[in-house]
Amino acid sequence: MQIRLTRAELVRYAGASGDFNPIHWNERVAKEVGLPDVIAHGMLTMALANRLVTSWAGDPGAVVACGVRFTRPVVVPDNPEGALVELSAKVAKEHDDGTLLIAITARTNGQTVLGKATATVVLT
Amino acid sequence: MALDPSFVGRSYPAASSYQVGREKIREFAEAIGDDDAVYRDSAAARAAGYPDVIAPPTFAIIVSMKAQELLIDDPELGLDFSRVVHGDQSFTHHRPIHAGDELAATLHVDGILSKGGNDMLTVRCEITDGTGVPVTTARSMLVVRGPEPVVDQ
Repeated sequence: MQIRLTRAELVRYAGASGDFNPIHWNERVAKEVGLPDVIAHGMLTMALANRLVTSWAGDPGAVVACGVRFTRPVVVPDNPEGALVELSAKVAKEHDDGTLLIAITARTNGQTVLGKATATVVLT
Repeated sequence: MALDPSFVGRSYPAASSYQVGREKIREFAEAIGDDDAVYRDSAAARAAGYPDVIAPPTFAIIVSMKAQELLIDDPELGLDFSRVVHGDQSFTHHRPIHAGDELAATLHVDGILSKGGNDMLTVRCEITDGTGVPVTTARSMLVVRGPEPVVDQ
């Protein structure tokens, strides 16, 4: 799955999540704290990773756990191309209780942006 | 200055409950680009066995971040939020959050570790429903970057 993030998506997510940290919409502030440009909310990337799992499971309520490490920022330049997030996932393990552990990979520009991204799914 | 390790074990209950609304769930689903009907359509959600529209798996961050503000704004901790980087995040859902939920949240400081000039702050937000039944456990690790090293000229 490929998802394009432009500045507009970051603004929308800021409003929806209540995270108004200016590093996600203001280039001057992002650079002041040492970032190359505005970056996407880590939590937005985590949400996109989980979209892959919920659509595969067919039921968002089946995701009983999820977790990620934020390893690299997703830089979103101020242009129509923005950042392209590439997602893939596979079943890593079946637990004794019947739940499945899904391992998710998220990359932009060929580099992973999430580490140890997993979701636990209960299938009915 | 490193974070005060005596903060480990402190807890901060949120002052008021978070009222989960249908429109907020729809807005959040829209923002993450997910058009799944169970996030937007009550009838579809009920047909899928839920009491109303359910929230996406990361929605609880809204509640968790609000609870976290109590810690971040605590003058005794002396945290400079401009130096905070989100290190990791996890959720354990005891059941899906749905529209109509009144969620209570308590933030617990589980750990403070100083490493390489940075502090790693691990917090856990326990989110329960109006009757105290657990709904979601949200765990975050925040990296508090230390001051930049001074370079001798």
